[in-house]
Amino acid sequence: MTLTVSDLRVEFDGFVAIDGVSLTLEPGRLHFLIGPNGAGKTTLVDALTGLAHGSGEARYRTRDLLTLASHKITRLGVGRTFQTATVFEELSVLQNLDIAAGVHRARWRLMLPRRGMSEQVAEVLETVGLTELAERPAGVLSHGQKQWLEIGMLLVQDSSVMLLDEPVAGMSAEEREATGELLRRISPERTVVVIEHDMDFVRRFADVVTVLHAGKVIAEGTAAEIREDAEVQRVYLGDTVAAVTETTGEDA
Amino acid sequence: MDALLAQVFTGISAGAVLLLIALGLTLTFGQMGVINMAHGEFIMAGAYTAYVVSTIVASTELSLLIALPVGFVIGGLLGLALEASVLRWMYARPLDTLLVTYGVGLILQQVARDIFGAPAKEVPAPGWLDGSIPILGYDFPLTRLFIIVLAGLCVAALLAVLRFTALGRQIRATVGNRDLAETIGISTRRTDRATFFIGSGLAGVAGVALTLLGSTGPNLGTSYIVQAFLVVVVGGIGHLKGTIVAALGIGLLQAFLAHALTGSVAQVIVFLAIVAFLQLRPQGILSVRTRSLA
Amino acid sequence: MRLPTLKHAYPYVGWLLLAVALLVLAPAVLSDFRLGLLAKYCCYAIAAVGIGLAWGRGGMLVLGQGLYFGIGAYAMAMHLKLADAGPGGVPDFMALYGDATVPGWWEPLRNGGLALVVILVLPALVAGLLGLAVFKRRIKGAYFAILSQALAAAFAILLVGQVKTTGGANGLNNFQGFFGFALFDPANKRMLYFIAAGILLVSILAMAWLYRTRFGELLVAVRDGEERVRFLGTDPANVKLAAYVIAAVLASIGGALFVPIAGIVSPDDVGVVASIGLLAGVALGGRASLLGPAVGALLIGYAETSLSEAFPGSWSYFQGALFVLVILLLPGGLAQLLGLVRRANVHRGNSVGDHLLRGVPRGEQGETEVTRSASEEAAAR
Repeated sequence: MTLTVSDLRVEFDGFVAIDGVSLTLEPGRLHFLIGPNGAGKTTLVDALTGLAHGSGEARYRTRDLLTLASHKITRLGVGRTFQTATVFEELSVLQNLDIAAGVHRARWRLMLPRRGMSEQVAEVLETVGLTELAERPAGVLSHGQKQWLEIGMLLVQDSSVMLLDEPVAGMSAEEREATGELLRRISPERTVVVIEHDMDFVRRFADVVTVLHAGKVIAEGTAAEIREDAEVQRVYLGDTVAAVTETTGEDA
Repeated sequence: MDALLAQVFTGISAGAVLLLIALGLTLTFGQMGVINMAHGEFIMAGAYTAYVVSTIVASTELSLLIALPVGFVIGGLLGLALEASVLRWMYARPLDTLLVTYGVGLILQQVARDIFGAPAKEVPAPGWLDGSIPILGYDFPLTRLFIIVLAGLCVAALLAVLRFTALGRQIRATVGNRDLAETIGISTRRTDRATFFIGSGLAGVAGVALTLLGSTGPNLGTSYIVQAFLVVVVGGIGHLKGTIVAALGIGLLQAFLAHALTGSVAQVIVFLAIVAFLQLRPQGILSVRTRSLA
Repeated sequence: MRLPTLKHAYPYVGWLLLAVALLVLAPAVLSDFRLGLLAKYCCYAIAAVGIGLAWGRGGMLVLGQGLYFGIGAYAMAMHLKLADAGPGGVPDFMALYGDATVPGWWEPLRNGGLALVVILVLPALVAGLLGLAVFKRRIKGAYFAILSQALAAAFAILLVGQVKTTGGANGLNNFQGFFGFALFDPANKRMLYFIAAGILLVSILAMAWLYRTRFGELLVAVRDGEERVRFLGTDPANVKLAAYVIAAVLASIGGALFVPIAGIVSPDDVGVVASIGLLAGVALGGRASLLGPAVGALLIGYAETSLSEAFPGSWSYFQGALFVLVILLLPGGLAQLLGLVRRANVHRGNSVGDHLLRGVPRGEQGETEVTRSASEEAAAR
């Protein structure tokens, strides 16, 4: 299912964080969102998931995401992760996944205890490589494992759009590699959008790259095309002053 | 017209009392996130300070003026002791500070009861606050006027400290970004202590002032603390201006309602109005957008 | 498939011990007077069980449970006064303070069955409305605590102000009968004790079930990461609301039983001080543990009585010190101590269920914007 963003604007007290962004996010390809600090990448995801208020339109299925509450957006099939992996540290990996899987359960079943684990959860555990750690509290996981758990939580929800905010930041080289492979595995059946800083990683795994700068889309294309783009080079190499002034609070 | 004016004056002076008791909280609660229930007992300590000073200083004309700075220091020292002994371990658990400081408050109440006895004490008001002056045809009691002026002075002093002194800059820097403040060489521990000293000292001043309005008992603080917190919450946590507006607004509302209804019903309606208000503005009068997960 | 293990049985063993102590041991050993006191503590404990759910598991610092305790207590007290007065009669105090007419809103409580319905439904309605307003607007943490406290304060002020219809500061007292049973009869007093202890045990059992359900796990998840839950497709407000309503109803039941047992209810039993007093036992026993809140409340009740008897005036010091020491050093309460012992004896505590029962909530705490954004920055580097 395609998510179509048109003319999205987000303002914070007069500061324009997203300035008329239009984007088409299609399933089946690994879509990367890049840009210097303060470009508005996280804000874009925030706006699409009900965390920041934006104007314009974000059409998904028959709904405009900008008009929906966060939990309803999730129920519609649009999931996200956070830069700081936020999992329930006191609950086990399994419980974390089970709570995520709750989207598809009838309400009254909340009144029953959890028994065993569903096939779907077992499958996801396998996919994200956390089977061994299923019973451990999520708090003991490494940074990378927490990110995988977050992705796993989206997988058990069967989100058809996954918005991942810097999933490989702070990971070791091997973990990055594994994550990239994981993203590649899950992207054919869904829309996966990844915010990333590391250009090597982008180059290796991206099908499509969108470059944001100062709240606007300045380029879109394959990694190779982006690399050649003069405007992108100017933004990344020159013009650092503008990026610095807009960094305040952004993407933090 | 006169009745209306009387309500406005009553409301403003009630607001000034609220402002005085809540001012210190805007620092400790607003800036530091500590929910200090013992703030009420610091107020009580200020009131007893006024009582003790009045027994030592023969001149009733002077004792109030002496008690004000002494009350500030006593309240401040109590706050400092609380911060150094208990609260410094609890900055990661702001909600739990509420219960801990409530416990401290209970102990302080009992200490007061053991030292001064349960019956309330009267502090003689200085002669120069006797009587009233006519303002717009309304006889305004001088004690009330004094409290309004005192509240104004405290706000001005606090603003001046925060704006123009090195300490004020350090406090604002620490509140803004604790880690960053530390990296630029600010001792955040020292700043915390100073903030707490000033905030608690203001409670002491409020306590001294309250002796002008009524008698002083061990439970003095409990009767004010809930209102004080509501003022800060309505004003928007951490906003001095919001606190001023909220204190005056609540004072006026209470005065008008109390005139129309009975005092207790008025108080209940004010509470409910505050709950309703927070429906509209969950972050208080002056709210700031944040980009954090909130 | 996880088989039921000793770990799952553990709380039930504790429950069984408590049941034996309350239903067999206490009635055999204690005098009627002491048993009456224990019955009173059981009423507090019932409210405490609810607080354990809302505060320990849900992370909502409910500072104003006196409101719901009071709703139940006053509803019961009003019914008892009307029943004492007989059909069409006027409660004694109304003749004393007022014009000896029964206000219209008292009348429905003449009917005992209706009174019970009010005791169960009214707190649920009030808590439901309030919770809806508060949680949907995402008022939480300190804001919520202060608001709930303010409501208890307002309720107490209202009661004091309405002398003619609520007995004012003196409250309602001097009850003769309880649903047809004479309250001066020791046998009936014992019956009341068994009712209170029984309801307490049943409510703990209900919590044990609730804590094991998915709802129980979801509640902990909301406590530790409210916003995360939102992004998993569940509105955390609904989860909190359910826990808050259950806690309110339990407090109301405790209050309703308190009236015939204590023989009095006054604004002092519902105000700010009483409300925080209810928290003392929960904190002592262990807010997030199953048995902790109830056991803590019983211990606090016992300690208050015996300390006040032995050293008048010392109770404030003791209660104050208890709040400071327990919250500061032992946030998981006595259950935390027990958990430490158990962990040392049996095996390394790597199980999450164990973690839950020991219960040292973390996520509930760092909810202020300052700490949150700081930690986010740190993590984002």
